[in-house]
Amino acid sequence: MMLTPAQTIGPFFSHALPWPDGPHVVAADAPGAFWLRGRVLDGAGEPVPDALIESWQADPDGRLGGPFRGFGRCPTDPHGWWAIRTVKPGPVPGAGGRPQAPHLALSVFARGLLHRVVTRVYFADEPTANAADPVLSGLPEPARGTLVAGQTEDGYRFDIRLQGEHETVFFAV
Amino acid sequence: MTYSRVHPPLRWPAYRSTLRRAPSSPLVTLPPGLTEQTGPAGAALLGDHQVDPLDHDLTRQHPSEPLGERIIVHGQVRDAGGRPVPDSLVEIWQTNAAGRYPHHADQHPAPLDPNFTGVGRCLTDPAGNYRFVSVKPGAYPWRNHDNAWRPAHIHFSLFGRAFTQRLITQMYFPGDPLFDQDPIFNSVPAAARPALVSRFDLSQTVPEWALAYRFDIVLGDTPVEEEG
Ligand SMILES: [Fe+2]
Repeated sequence: MMLTPAQTIGPFFSHALPWPDGPHVVAADAPGAFWLRGRVLDGAGEPVPDALIESWQADPDGRLGGPFRGFGRCPTDPHGWWAIRTVKPGPVPGAGGRPQAPHLALSVFARGLLHRVVTRVYFADEPTANAADPVLSGLPEPARGTLVAGQTEDGYRFDIRLQGEHETVFFAV
Repeated sequence: MTYSRVHPPLRWPAYRSTLRRAPSSPLVTLPPGLTEQTGPAGAALLGDHQVDPLDHDLTRQHPSEPLGERIIVHGQVRDAGGRPVPDSLVEIWQTNAAGRYPHHADQHPAPLDPNFTGVGRCLTDPAGNYRFVSVKPGAYPWRNHDNAWRPAHIHFSLFGRAFTQRLITQMYFPGDPLFDQDPIFNSVPAAARPALVSRFDLSQTVPEWALAYRFDIVLGDTPVEEEG
């Protein structure tokens, strides 16, 4: 069957799609909870103030779905910042059942993006698992580094550069 | 049809906002793992923000009825294999009948309607069907090019059953004279554009009350669930 084509989310979704606890993948008191924060920047290095970030991930035991919501949604603010509160996912097998490093799947929607772009968030404090990850290790440096969230005071930071120098790696899924 | 024959390219110069936002590098192929082959099912992704039974009726969210031509918008959500996608969240947003969004960034001089927000949600039924009640949205101007107007449209957001099936798109109305000059509609390969246009559906109109349009949606393949 012919797929329905994608179209841009446009600039006028912020009264429609976000909701108050959208950024809270886990409850405030969940063990190990942290903030994953970042900015979305365009090809000129300018902040993208009208993007929507969505995340999907396993629970700390590597289970997807079920009682664990696993989903986060956050619009960017006027300076391009977004944040979700979550926990580090457990190990999830990749294509062919190969082990992978802990990661989140991320979708970015924005005016000017005719289709979402998809990326993955890995964690800087998992160097051994990251080195063995089949997706990460298949990427050349410095592209690989664009997928690794650095540690911060209250969690991790993951900037998304849509275009140009240090462009984030985006995947076709 | 393959991906590139259906979805628009990310860089589409006629739509100026793509110029600084479309990635320059080609997308990297990602053989889907379990993370991508699963996704939030039903309303679970909404947490405490559950779907209200009235969320599908955009004409009953305020004390009075909105102005405009009352319409029913309905259809079936299926996957690429033709299988219905049940119990899946559908979100829509649209302008009022005058072409205005109640959004701080929409300041063009068309009237707001105090009885219309233009936001709806529902879950697909066991056969993958959804149904909204609304008013027909208006065209609106934008600054992409000289005298640019968007054809009337309703924004749709769909989840399917897997991360790979996530889709945001726009539904248009048949015969719109603004199609030819709209770079967003025309970013889609010509053969796939008809899939974005709803069809007038006399069978679902309600006499003396509402017109009806049908918009069927086809998401990507549903990943095969492994038996546990
Ligand atoms: Fe719109």
